[in-house]
Amino acid sequence: MQRIGVFVCHCGTNIAGTVDVKKVAEMAAKETGVVHAEDYQYMCSEAGQSKIIAAIREKGLTGVVVCSCSPRMHETTFRKAAEKAGLNPYMVEIANIREHCSWIHKDMQEATEKAVILARAAIAKVHLNTPLKPGESRVTKRALVIGGGIAGIQTALDIADAGYKVDIVEKTPSIGGRMSQLDKTFPTLDCSACILTPKMVEAASHENITIYTYSEIEKVAGFVGDFTVDIRKKARSVDMEKCTGCGVCSEKCPSKKNPSEFNRGLGNRSAIYIPFAQAIPNVPVIDREHCTKFKTGKCGVCAKVCQAGAVDYDQQDEIITQNYGAIVAATGFDMIGLDKYDEYAYSQSKDVITSLELERIMNAAGPTGGHLERLSDGRAPKNIVFVQCVGSRCSDARGKSYCSKICCMYTAKHAMLIRDKYPDTNVTVFYIDVRTPGKNFDEFYRRAVEDYGVNYIKGQVGKVFLQPDGTLLVQASDLLDNRQIRMEADMVVLAAAIEPNPDARRIATMLTASIDTNNFLTEAHAKLRPVESPTAGIFLSGVCQGSKDIPETVAQAGAAAVKVIGLLAKEKLTTNPCTAKADELLCNGCSQCANVCPYGAISYEEKQVNDHGIRETRRIAAVNNALCQGCGACTVTCPSGAMDLQGFSNRQMISEVDAICR
Amino acid sequence: MNAAKNQAELIREISGVHPLKCMKCGKCSAVCPAFDEMDIKPHQFVSYVQSGEIEALAASVSLGKCLSCFACVERCPRDVKPGKLIDAARQLVIRQRGNSYLSADEIPQLLDDEMPQQLLVSAFRRYRR
Amino acid sequence: MSIEAKEIFKPRIVAFCCNWCSYAGADLAGSSRLTYPADVKIIRVPCSCRVNPMFILRAFEKGADGVILCGCHPGDCHYTSGNYYARRRMTLLFSMLEFIGVEQGRTRVEWVSAAEGAKFSRTMNEFAEKIYSLGKNVRLEDLRCRN
Repeated sequence: MQRIGVFVCHCGTNIAGTVDVKKVAEMAAKETGVVHAEDYQYMCSEAGQSKIIAAIREKGLTGVVVCSCSPRMHETTFRKAAEKAGLNPYMVEIANIREHCSWIHKDMQEATEKAVILARAAIAKVHLNTPLKPGESRVTKRALVIGGGIAGIQTALDIADAGYKVDIVEKTPSIGGRMSQLDKTFPTLDCSACILTPKMVEAASHENITIYTYSEIEKVAGFVGDFTVDIRKKARSVDMEKCTGCGVCSEKCPSKKNPSEFNRGLGNRSAIYIPFAQAIPNVPVIDREHCTKFKTGKCGVCAKVCQAGAVDYDQQDEIITQNYGAIVAATGFDMIGLDKYDEYAYSQSKDVITSLELERIMNAAGPTGGHLERLSDGRAPKNIVFVQCVGSRCSDARGKSYCSKICCMYTAKHAMLIRDKYPDTNVTVFYIDVRTPGKNFDEFYRRAVEDYGVNYIKGQVGKVFLQPDGTLLVQASDLLDNRQIRMEADMVVLAAAIEPNPDARRIATMLTASIDTNNFLTEAHAKLRPVESPTAGIFLSGVCQGSKDIPETVAQAGAAAVKVIGLLAKEKLTTNPCTAKADELLCNGCSQCANVCPYGAISYEEKQVNDHGIRETRRIAAVNNALCQGCGACTVTCPSGAMDLQGFSNRQMISEVDAICR
Repeated sequence: MNAAKNQAELIREISGVHPLKCMKCGKCSAVCPAFDEMDIKPHQFVSYVQSGEIEALAASVSLGKCLSCFACVERCPRDVKPGKLIDAARQLVIRQRGNSYLSADEIPQLLDDEMPQQLLVSAFRRYRR
Repeated sequence: MSIEAKEIFKPRIVAFCCNWCSYAGADLAGSSRLTYPADVKIIRVPCSCRVNPMFILRAFEKGADGVILCGCHPGDCHYTSGNYYARRRMTLLFSMLEFIGVEQGRTRVEWVSAAEGAKFSRTMNEFAEKIYSLGKNVRLEDLRCRN
């Protein structure tokens, strides 16, 4: 018989406000096996923990139930306290009477009754708890970063500087990501390439960093400390070793009219191409879809002109299998498609563009060589209208419910740059709210208004009309003046919402990392664990976790790197002791459990058993505790009931059910 | 005060719209083709319902000027649908006159040259099922 | 006749929630203060595939009026494929429950992610509503389990 102590936490008024904690302690004390029951203001505090320790020592408790917040918050805290008192930490169970009770119920009596039942269920479970000992598993001292944008690069650099090997896997032919497409960055007007390319070069030349560009993650297996990942290195059709990056092949390529991804389709590139001048690696790739050689078999110009003999049409995709201790997702973002926003005439006029397209137009390496001009006729625009929140903050099916966070600031930047370079241009910004929470952000926005004379109007644009002469008519409201505005514009720039990379969901599924309805990866705790995924060993860096600007991305990238370093620095990881275990007298060696095990943790051994005096050799399931993650799939499959999960055994679960239904 | 609250509640009920969802972006007023004719603008309609000033709404010129084109309903990013609120306010006016439910036969006698045709159109839209 | 004479129906609803998604979703519902009836009691399991059909039968045997199983969305299982097993097992179990006298509406499987506090509370409200409408589960009662 267990000697159980029950500790009821007030959590200030969080629990005590709706649950009669004294009553819970009183009712718990009446349960069989409970020898001690008390309540306290803050059980998780030092004083609260010492109450548990004292009770364990004085009353010789063999089991502890803490009625408090979610076990996801403080289970470890209380287990450690029990361990200090010499009790096996797995003899502690938590009854969640805060998140699952006091916070959701308003009626005191109802909530108290529920809390008593939850406590009862935990007590019933502890009765059947057995001391467990965690195992150990090894840590592969290598990290994987998925995505080679500024988030991925920064994370990789920080991890590599700490002395660990890092691999970056990037889908496109070059690292650099979205930031490489930007012209200037806020809240200072640094040139984006000038601050990004040194980091790209540093990553490429770092002895601890390996970069796989034009590559994708194919398969992820394993678990924290020991992931096995298959990386598909897509056929580049150019030998990376031989190529000198002279660029003659792109120059001579006859297929030149292919939309350039880097320029958001505003300019063209050849079929064999280096995405942009500072690309890393500086090695071209053949776009097989548009290459004449691959389409018709008749061309081969690039191979002929290549002095180094690097062009290789027969190159095949290559699968690289590598082990990692930790994985960082840095998959980034893209702009939403605007096909559902007909009212802004985006598909009708070339002069209605997105902000990222404007970014390319303003860039010296962009389609217009850095001159601000209308894409339809090449004229310099005299009136430019910016429309904010296109697809952001929408609760309808067309847009995204969240604020994209970066648009207010980059629009201020664009407006400022345009007014600075072309002072005779009128710039009007239609906004709903201007959101500038950040260091020097509001000052930046005010500068756009006060020093550069950008015209900010509160009100949304309702419709953009394309007029027969090619100019645009913008109809909007001015809420502060309570009037409707119709103004001519030569160019309309839409601040389209950003959304997670379309591959995010596929990658999250491979990583078994959770993802929200907007396809942002979920963090383990919204406030306290913002760079970790709930899945152990998976970390989040950059916009894949939520909208953020460059300074925040870099900060988060560093934070993710620290978490990875903390993990890789460990020699051994303690594993979850709640693993499956087969009762050798019941097991009949049918192999059903091995078939359902997602980790291949179950094997079979011939073992001498003593079945009530009958000694014989039987084929019995053996669980590898280092591999078993404790899901329990095998326990339900087992036809003879031999397989059970420690810490969540059949008897424990049933006694919980019984206690609730009593 | 209480009566006004009830009326605001009634408007919410008839329209099926939650005015507190409005984020005051003004897109409704930006698309409204009858904006210049109105005394209470589409985006203000939402605020009036929020604050329960239904008397003023019922007496407003806008009630007759709204074309029920539903551009604001289509474009509203927050599903607030000011057009539906205006529609509901019209219903309220009609109901107060004791003509909650119209049958098709009654209409010819009720027709009034002064009454905006749109009012009828929107009433039928609502009860066409 | 007084109204008090008729006892208010307080159903017993057991919710099995997987540790990684649904239990966290329930926590989020809690920290967002999204209410659902107190009749719902949650049991934490490591994965939805840990739920043995036996547990559900046991709950009904002991007088539960409804049992709901919540797991990660298909494809998002922390253990890769556990929820698929759960889905198959429950489909099979639920198809046989009517045979032993438990109505279809008394059991349910729902996918709730860690980010879906609102969905958790909505699901629980709906499920409890359903159980209220079905009334007490009287058909499957083992007299030996009466205390």
